[in-house]
Amino acid sequence: MESTTRAFNDNVRRAIGDAGLRRSLDKLGHGFPVKRRLAAERLPEFETLRDEARDIKNHVLANLDTYLAAFEAKVTETGGQVHWARDAAEARDIILAVCRDASARTVTKSKSMIGEELAINDHLEAHGIQPIETDLGEYIIQLRHEPPAHILAPAIHLSKEQVADTFRASHDGLPRDRDLEAPETLLKEARAILREKFLAADVGLTGANMLVAETGSIVLVTNEGNADLTQTLPRVQVVMASLEKVVPTLEDATTLLRVLARSATGQEQSVYTTFTTGPKRAEDPDGPDAFHVVLLDNGRSGMVGGDFQDMLRCIRCGACLNHCPVYATIGGHAYGWVYSGPMGKVLIPNLIGMETAKDLPNASSLCGRCEEVCPMRIPLPRMLRDWRRRQFAAGQTGIIARWALKSWAFWARRPGLYHFFADIKMRSLAAAAGRRGRFRSMVMAGGWTGSRDLPAPQGRTFQAQWDARGGKR
Amino acid sequence: MEKPRDVALFVTCLVDLMRPSVGFAAVKLLQDAGCTVTVPRAQTCCGQPAYNAGDEADAAAIARQVIAAFQGFAAVVAPSGSCAGMIKEHYPRLFADDPEWGPRARDLAARTHELVSFLRDVLAVEGVDAAFDGTVTYHDSCSGLRELGIKAQPRALLATVAGLTLTEAEDSEVCCGFGGLFCVKYPDISGQMVDNKAKAVEATGAGTLLGGDMGCLMNIGGRLKRRGSPVQVRHVAEVLAGMADVPAIGEGPGEGED
Amino acid sequence: MNARDEILGRLRRNARRDGAQEPAARLAAHPRGTVPARSALDHDGRVALFMAEAGRVDATVARLNGTAAIPAAVARYLEDAGLAPALRTAPHPLLAGLDWAGAGLDARPGASDGHDVAGLNVAIAGVAETGTLVLASGPETPTTLNFLPDADLVVLREADIVGAYEDVWDRLRAAGEDAGFMPRNINWVTGPSRTADIEQTLLLGAHGPRSLHILLVRDDG
Repeated sequence: MESTTRAFNDNVRRAIGDAGLRRSLDKLGHGFPVKRRLAAERLPEFETLRDEARDIKNHVLANLDTYLAAFEAKVTETGGQVHWARDAAEARDIILAVCRDASARTVTKSKSMIGEELAINDHLEAHGIQPIETDLGEYIIQLRHEPPAHILAPAIHLSKEQVADTFRASHDGLPRDRDLEAPETLLKEARAILREKFLAADVGLTGANMLVAETGSIVLVTNEGNADLTQTLPRVQVVMASLEKVVPTLEDATTLLRVLARSATGQEQSVYTTFTTGPKRAEDPDGPDAFHVVLLDNGRSGMVGGDFQDMLRCIRCGACLNHCPVYATIGGHAYGWVYSGPMGKVLIPNLIGMETAKDLPNASSLCGRCEEVCPMRIPLPRMLRDWRRRQFAAGQTGIIARWALKSWAFWARRPGLYHFFADIKMRSLAAAAGRRGRFRSMVMAGGWTGSRDLPAPQGRTFQAQWDARGGKR
Repeated sequence: MEKPRDVALFVTCLVDLMRPSVGFAAVKLLQDAGCTVTVPRAQTCCGQPAYNAGDEADAAAIARQVIAAFQGFAAVVAPSGSCAGMIKEHYPRLFADDPEWGPRARDLAARTHELVSFLRDVLAVEGVDAAFDGTVTYHDSCSGLRELGIKAQPRALLATVAGLTLTEAEDSEVCCGFGGLFCVKYPDISGQMVDNKAKAVEATGAGTLLGGDMGCLMNIGGRLKRRGSPVQVRHVAEVLAGMADVPAIGEGPGEGED
Repeated sequence: MNARDEILGRLRRNARRDGAQEPAARLAAHPRGTVPARSALDHDGRVALFMAEAGRVDATVARLNGTAAIPAAVARYLEDAGLAPALRTAPHPLLAGLDWAGAGLDARPGASDGHDVAGLNVAIAGVAETGTLVLASGPETPTTLNFLPDADLVVLREADIVGAYEDVWDRLRAAGEDAGFMPRNINWVTGPSRTADIEQTLLLGAHGPRSLHILLVRDDG
């Protein structure tokens, strides 16, 4: 999809001015973290499982070629077909070709971040095939032509009134004045409409939470059951997955599943976890006749072995978003592309370029809450600093920031001069503040004083006073 | 094991410049615990602003200066989780592949402590001889909390201050939005974060907010003042040392004269 | 160069091999990770844990003495739920020959067409750890039964309650052929369908079943 990441600061101002969004984000920031903590506390082995989950993915990333080849062999052996795509355009072409071969008119789709990366819906629509999102949140934002605002809860930014308006505008043939007050009513209407779409679809397009090399299975996790209807009812199933989704064995998938839901929603396990292996067997009463897996690279193979390899451990649980005070302030759309939150800040520059996404690694206080809760123990703050280091080296750090850093460093490296002038400066500032002890505004400090007073120094520096007292040196 | 009593104080730039009373409070707490306190002259800042901005050359230059200045002391103590975290966690990373400075950075990291955790965890201080009449709430600064595991230590010592009641704020572990240069580079985001923090502090009904890092305290205090809040903000060391008689952060001797 | 070879080639060049374990060995040995101790119980303990965990996720459980009691239990459940006495049943040997008409039920075996109010399937296992049902696709157990009917009823034999998910993998490996022991679908089902996509309000019955009722059958030999 097109990114608006360059306009990050405009996006931020718009988000902060949106009172409805603020309410949703406040609810999110106080809901998921509590649920996650309770789930973690209920499982004494949780921290050990996080270590093991990290180790599994590290092992996979050290042997990704081998595991992908093993996965491909098993898919083929069980009657499916694997397609490889270097980039989004190749993946779109492959998926369109499969749909055309199936003479598809409608495609049901379960929520997939790779689908967002590919902007596959726009592509299918442009070629006369109707894609229908089936995750309730994703369905709502599809009707509104918006990107997801959260990887788990795509419509997190909307009120039920906005959803009702959207349904009135989009669901033809229903009475305009029908009651759409309660969330239950909205769900009921969407369920009835989507049920018919499920039954009529020619192709089911899904993502994959994991790929299992041992068996050639894909793993899909949902609470709604929409991915299962998507993959069970149509004649053809197409799975979109990025390379790093592979794990070695069913046991390894199981370990990851023990930390995924707990980290994401605080559930012990999601409602539906499905291991799908190939198309329907000859004697099966249901399931698709054909099973395709599209493996997308789109920049990932270049991350292997480099500074950002650890990011490829991500299992898209959303815990880092749920716990991030910056995400809680600006929401998902401000990040300007498919992903958001701390994981988005690290991943997006890898996928669409450091220059385009240059604000993302900087718009962080590096508070570390993301790393604290990441089930895969991804060192997100370290990688944000890695991006900043690259930006500084590439001369992408702003000229004023650069000048300020350099002049500060000049003084910081000359303690004698620093102490002498600092004492003079602090005394004059303290005098300027007078009896009030703070400044309401200050030249060159508008970033600070726009929203807070600037406390004034007490007077003489500690170093000067220590000298005056004859303190030990 | 012999407890380290030969302590060098890493004052931190913000305490040195903005609030020397915190430094003297730290000195008193350390001396009360039986330590000899030295303040090496060749210190300015830990280099974190450069490090977090991606300017590793300047960060490393400043780090080498700190490593050299603090050589030989049994312990190096800073009244800041952020600066102590920089030295403990990030200096070794800066010099990970440096055969000369790598070992020296790791040696300094092992000897460096944040003030309150040093008193409690290393010197096993059971309590302080101080009084403070009022209800306080405590903000857990991010680096101290997540890099150094500082959470229980300040609360344990505050519990021994006569007359003091501690009440917890909602989201006491959530960042206040300071983040060094972050707060001036992204003032809209930071301003919203600190406003949330200020509201959570006000909601406790406490008269005083305490914390262990001057950056966060200036940020929250500045926002509270802008909101017209009567909540006072202080570094925890001032209260533990019984030296909370100076005007609070962002207040002058003429507070209330507006 | 084709995309496959290019991608695999780049991965091979970039990989930091840790050499800790050979992929082939891991695939062959499929070692278990840490299995939560909570499910390391005897049979009765596992049954009790399964029931408690299933209850936590809004499933209901009825314990039955033998398969013959299934039709009456189904009829009672449908009546209590205010649903019509009709259902789609799995063409499973365990359910064959049961007296549905005697319980006043219209039971039609087969896959669901999307218009069944209730469906009855048979699980291959129950996982005590989280109260999770495990269902396998196959001619006797259509997958659509798990997702299309409004009320999802599932028969689980007490003897099939295991402690952990890994126990199910071991059973499947033991039962299947070496190459393809996995059926098209293995479904873990932990409670009825739900969503919180509208204002983070939790609602049951998103696309799949609005209710999940487990018929836990004691072994009747």
